[in-house]
Amino acid sequence: MAVVRGERIVFAGLSFRVAPGEALLLTGPNGAGKSTLLRALAGLVPLAEGELLWQGEDALAEPAEHAARLRYLAHAEALKPSLTVAENLRFWSSRWGGDIAAALEAVALGPLAELPARMLSAGQKRRLALARLALAPCALWLLDEPSVGLDTASVARFGDLLARHRAAGGAVLAATHVPLPLPGARELRLEPAA
Amino acid sequence: MIALLRRELLLAVRHPADTLAAVLFFLLVTALFPFGVGPSPETLARLAPGALLAAALLAALLPLDRLFGAEAEDGSLDQLLLSGLSGMQITAVKAAGHWLTTGAPLLVAAPIAGAMLNLPVEAWGVAVLALGLATLFLSFIGTAGAALTLGARRGGVLLPLLVLPLTIPAVIFGAAGIEASASGLPARPFLLLLGALAAAALPLAPLAAGAALRAD
Repeated sequence: MAVVRGERIVFAGLSFRVAPGEALLLTGPNGAGKSTLLRALAGLVPLAEGELLWQGEDALAEPAEHAARLRYLAHAEALKPSLTVAENLRFWSSRWGGDIAAALEAVALGPLAELPARMLSAGQKRRLALARLALAPCALWLLDEPSVGLDTASVARFGDLLARHRAAGGAVLAATHVPLPLPGARELRLEPAA
Repeated sequence: MIALLRRELLLAVRHPADTLAAVLFFLLVTALFPFGVGPSPETLARLAPGALLAAALLAALLPLDRLFGAEAEDGSLDQLLLSGLSGMQITAVKAAGHWLTTGAPLLVAAPIAGAMLNLPVEAWGVAVLALGLATLFLSFIGTAGAALTLGARRGGVLLPLLVLPLTIPAVIFGAAGIEASASGLPARPFLLLLGALAAAALPLAPLAAGAALRAD
């Protein structure tokens, strides 16, 4: 695979596969293309070269179908400050199913459900973004530095979420600079393209 | 799609300033005409149809450049594109939401604006209809423009330059309809033409807007 952004090659000659239940850590210096790779895998950035296969078939042929089997957690939390914590999840639970109260419990935000999201601290906002992952099971999680701003207890709870997701056969690709609670994860190191 | 529309409307209810700004802008622009033209009722009534249309379209244009900008900045747009809805569905809901939160409130203010411009009372009904169809047309064409200019530098300036020329037919037919009804002639043919414009924009604009969003 190769991705080109504005006449600059972000990465090229990249090839890997991820099996169900497996975790792959993307590491590398800033600007190595970790976030771009995740966006390309989500289908948000076009591939300049190569292909993305899902169970042997072209994953990007049907964008909506590809979107349905993955969750993408970006740097931006995609929260609306004027909506309450629960309301922020309502649209997603209507798309994917899943119980909002249970998802908020999983990230320990249950008591804050009726609070506007603008009142949350940075770490709580991150936990609310993580709650989207907890809503309904899906096959692939694409996580961009998921643990930024989380305290120790939240990282442990996030570890439970990840373990449950992998036990159910879900794969994880996570870009990170810090260790994540992903036992037995393989590592893919990206270097900035020359 | 219903869930997304509900989210749009809930956000608009939480931020009533956007809707209020569009309505007040509409009323203020129409209030400027009597000052500029002078108090002669005949001249004002002559100007009223065009002034109403132009003011309403400009007012509805105001919140368009934030239509996708706000979603793109906080990361919601990426998530929406991955929500399993197609780009066309997302942009159609966005356009409908824009009309419901800016176009429709303008209709409530239209009689006040009409009174300020000395528009005959008989023409108010047609004026509301014409403004409704014209702003619906603008909401859909404007959504396509907003999707195209998303991420462009000075997108806020580019958007009106791109969208307003396309609304010329809506202004012509809308104003002609109001004028016909003010002088006691049937407005139906003009409203039908305006309706045809809106009906064409309804499926075509989201198609273009969806493709533009995916390409960004």
